[in-house]
Amino acid sequence: MQSETKSRVDQLTSPAGHPVTVLRFEGDIASTSKEAVLGTYQALPKSDVKIILLDFSKVDYINSSGIALVIQLLIEAANAGQKVYAFGLSAHFTKVFTMVGITKYAGLYPTQNDALADL
Amino acid sequence: MTESKSTTVEVRLPSRMGYEKVAMGTASAVAKLMGFREDRIEDLKTAVAEACINAIEHGNRLNEKLSVGVVLSSDADSLEVKVIDDGTGTKKHPGKLERPDIDRKMLGEEDPRGMGMFLIQALVDEAEWVAGTDGKSSYVRLVIRLDKDA
Repeated sequence: MQSETKSRVDQLTSPAGHPVTVLRFEGDIASTSKEAVLGTYQALPKSDVKIILLDFSKVDYINSSGIALVIQLLIEAANAGQKVYAFGLSAHFTKVFTMVGITKYAGLYPTQNDALADL
Repeated sequence: MTESKSTTVEVRLPSRMGYEKVAMGTASAVAKLMGFREDRIEDLKTAVAEACINAIEHGNRLNEKLSVGVVLSSDADSLEVKVIDDGTGTKKHPGKLERPDIDRKMLGEEDPRGMGMFLIQALVDEAEWVAGTDGKSSYVRLVIRLDKDA
């Protein structure tokens, strides 16, 4: 019933010249998404990745278990000295992420270009 | 089309994760018929989803022999949603929930999970947790009201 979470990784460079690793998610982010969210993140080479951008533009449904996975990713990234940003959340999920405090640890941007311009 | 008469819609879900989306879709359709704004419908969908997930996971403990009832009752200016489980696991709600402490979560001092009840309470106008007699038929009651000024 839940739409499978797909994920892929892209490497971009911000206009300021910083390498940015983009984790693109598609489908639902729920309790079944651990491998797609944390597994994809954990497979990144820690020494090379300093800036991570989470792409939620193709995600329709995020529940509290999915938010908890995002927080776990933020914890691991903070421990590895990485910075995390996100874009593509709907107005509703931007509000939800703000309500639970995620915005304190991950800057949210409307679009990929908005995020890259600031990184 | 705006529906103003009192109406009741009932849905019965299997205790299987993912089926909360059926309740979300139903709640969304009823709220649209009543004329709720899109942002309020999104709030309701998330609150209903979290209530169903709690009923499936904690109330019915993922026992697929048990079902989750969702009863949507509308009148001219409000929509009430009751999410009823068949099990014994839903605790009576203690009162106003505190906002999740993201700093404690980031430090590993608080479980990253456990935000469902907070979201429910934060996203609807009323939220009430009612323990059933003999531990059966506990329910969460949610209410959202039409904003006449919007």
